[in-house]
Amino acid sequence: MMAFGGNKEGVLQRGNFRQYIRSYALVIIFLGVCAIFAIASPTFLSPTNIVGVFRQIAINGVLALGMTLVIITGGIDLSVGSLMAITGVVSAMILENDPNMLAVALIVGIGAAAVVSMWTAVLVAKMKIAPFIASLSTMTIARGIALVLADGIPHTIKNAEYSQIGNGYLWDASLTGGVGFPILVLILIVIAVITTIILYNTKFGRYIYAVGGNEHAAEASGVNVVKIKFWTYVLNGVLCGVAGMMLAARITSGQPNAGDGYELDAITAVIIGGTSMAGGSGKISGTIIGALIIGVLDNGLVLLGVSSYYQQIIKGIIIAVAVLLDMKTKKR
Amino acid sequence: MRKMILKMEGISKSFPGVKALDGAAIAVKEGEVHALMGENGAGKSTFMKILNGLLEPDEGSIEFAGQRVQIHSPAEALKLGIAMIYQELNPIKDMTIADNIFLGREYTRGNSAFVDKKKAEEEADKLLKEFGLPVGAKTHMRELSIAQMQMIEIIKAVSSGAKLIVMDEPTSSLTDEEIAILFQTIQDLKQNNVAVIYISHRLEEIFQIADRVTVLRDGKYIDSRKTEELDRDSLINMMVGRKLDNIFPKKIVDIGSIVLEVKKLTRKGAFEDISFDVRAGEIVGFYGLVGAGRSEVMRAVFGLDRADQGEIWMDGRRIRVKRPQDAISNGIALVTEDRKDTGLVLCRSIRENIALPSLGEFCKGVFLDKEKESRMCREIAGKLTVKMSGLSQEAGNLSGGNQQKVVLCKWMMKSPKLLILDEPTRGIDVGAKAEIHSLMGDFAKAGMAIIMISSELPEIIGMSDRIIVMGEGKIKGEFKLGEYSQDDILKCALGGKK
Repeated sequence: MMAFGGNKEGVLQRGNFRQYIRSYALVIIFLGVCAIFAIASPTFLSPTNIVGVFRQIAINGVLALGMTLVIITGGIDLSVGSLMAITGVVSAMILENDPNMLAVALIVGIGAAAVVSMWTAVLVAKMKIAPFIASLSTMTIARGIALVLADGIPHTIKNAEYSQIGNGYLWDASLTGGVGFPILVLILIVIAVITTIILYNTKFGRYIYAVGGNEHAAEASGVNVVKIKFWTYVLNGVLCGVAGMMLAARITSGQPNAGDGYELDAITAVIIGGTSMAGGSGKISGTIIGALIIGVLDNGLVLLGVSSYYQQIIKGIIIAVAVLLDMKTKKR
Repeated sequence: MRKMILKMEGISKSFPGVKALDGAAIAVKEGEVHALMGENGAGKSTFMKILNGLLEPDEGSIEFAGQRVQIHSPAEALKLGIAMIYQELNPIKDMTIADNIFLGREYTRGNSAFVDKKKAEEEADKLLKEFGLPVGAKTHMRELSIAQMQMIEIIKAVSSGAKLIVMDEPTSSLTDEEIAILFQTIQDLKQNNVAVIYISHRLEEIFQIADRVTVLRDGKYIDSRKTEELDRDSLINMMVGRKLDNIFPKKIVDIGSIVLEVKKLTRKGAFEDISFDVRAGEIVGFYGLVGAGRSEVMRAVFGLDRADQGEIWMDGRRIRVKRPQDAISNGIALVTEDRKDTGLVLCRSIRENIALPSLGEFCKGVFLDKEKESRMCREIAGKLTVKMSGLSQEAGNLSGGNQQKVVLCKWMMKSPKLLILDEPTRGIDVGAKAEIHSLMGDFAKAGMAIIMISSELPEIIGMSDRIIVMGEGKIKGEFKLGEYSQDDILKCALGGKK
């Protein structure tokens, strides 16, 4: 069990080396990848580059955290990219109308993604449609809504503070030798802390695990399975809204086509992070490391000058290898 | 003297932290029904997994038909002539009987890749006739009963030339009639010189069907004896290494006022016009053949299914049960028939399983009070003597008896007024069974009302203050303690009059 797992009894106390390796396989894979890049490229470990990597993964990280909750319930959500686009477009258009309505733009933008995610939530929780199909439906609908609202064109965000979310730093980076703390990363950390607390320290989190582990047993134990699934999808919708805001802020534009294909990167991070597609198990720390592994690969391969075509091939292989290694170490 | 077909000797197998097998052995003759006995956790499944090639032994040798063999996969085992019929059957339900029988060795047209459906169906029909199964080869597996599916598995094994068939708890979900048919089939197999390794917790069956018995305990070979040399007590003694004086430690308890009253409960197609009551301190046994509608009634009382008509009263107050939460908040607990399917979240820890219905009580505001949770879980697990490495052990890693105790812990935490137990000791070894019976006695003594569904007549008779017999979705009869014989109840269940 890893840092956030809260599973301290028995497992590590015995000091069994194999179990130790098993618990930290993912961290070891991650450090291994880092070590290779560090040796191959002198700039890889420079503070600026490290901050860059974190900034790079922030948006995918937030998406992946929401996706982790959904996958633990035994589901999946393919609509996350489209939901992001809705948030961006709605925010941008509100600010177009009145550049001073920052808070309204944020709340309504994120709220819009949450509301649309209820379509998936109802279909999955109440109607018992397979999550893959339900979210496929939402994916198309949400993209359509974004295109309709935006009339098919990008809308520039006319509010400097909003774009600060995507491009700003906590302090003036030039004061600390060009190394700052990006606001995007701060948001990722805050969301990671919140999801950690929800998953490990609330009733709702426990129910998420129980529903994913055995829906029938959860129901027979008095868990309202419909409610838990519904709110998990809506919570994921909120996090998609947050990620959509981060993306729109970063490119200072609400684009109806934004976020296309982002669902796959999010799912990849969750799976590399050791969360089982079958539901019932998974960890926030795993997902963060999963997102970091993807981020480091993207970054390292660019530093080494590997063509982006080859990058895709290598990434695909690494996904399979990481999951295989994880499976092997988990096996008894 | 018949020839030996299988000889496994000195088989050992370790998993991290546990030595599952430590010098296990078995020797089976051709055409013999050989029972493999032991408590849950004695290593029977691991032993059979090694024979089937699912696990590789750390030490030991396997001789099959006089040849030293190494088995690396179930396919290799099958090739040698060793077939397995598991406790939980998993046929491909949307395929026909013919497709299932010849799965993996389909007839083809000449040497082409195309399957010869007609030939397969003809051959399958022949086999079905031979085994006296009144269905056609084109029937889909979905339409068969569990007993029939099992028969298909046996046909599949025999037709592929199996010389040894391992049956793991084959009767656990069969009715008495179906068991009789299965035993007839086993006799036929013997005639054809096919050996059977038979695993079952039901001792009566062993004495009925087995020629020899091999006993394992804690992964070790204990003894191998002819069945006729053994009686019930000596066999139990070999299995548990201690004498069980009283299998049903029924405690005498004062019976209080009515806790649950069910009035004319009906669910179309499942049961109708069910009325009964249960009093504090009373254990009411529900007996009937599989499919009599007993579990369905309890599911409706607990809110897992909706009843179409009828009323449920608790403590003199009518309650409405739409979902399990409603039943739980009214003090009802249900230990379902199938631990793995509806009882436990196997991939989660013991702690999480025990606490699941009680999480509301472990909350400080919105946050969980994990310390209180652990303390309470540990306390209750200790009371019910769950054998575990710690509260964070995965529920799926426990033996059947301990899993059942975890389910009991889960509900005891809620201190229910009414505890419904559906087949509480199915698939559980003799020792754990006695412990669960003893716990039931304690619960009753504490004033809990208990309903127990069981298909084991000795258990029903041994534990109940009152027995209600169901058949075809209706209550067929009711018997008070001391006012019946075993035959009365069986006759009532089989359709005779009270």
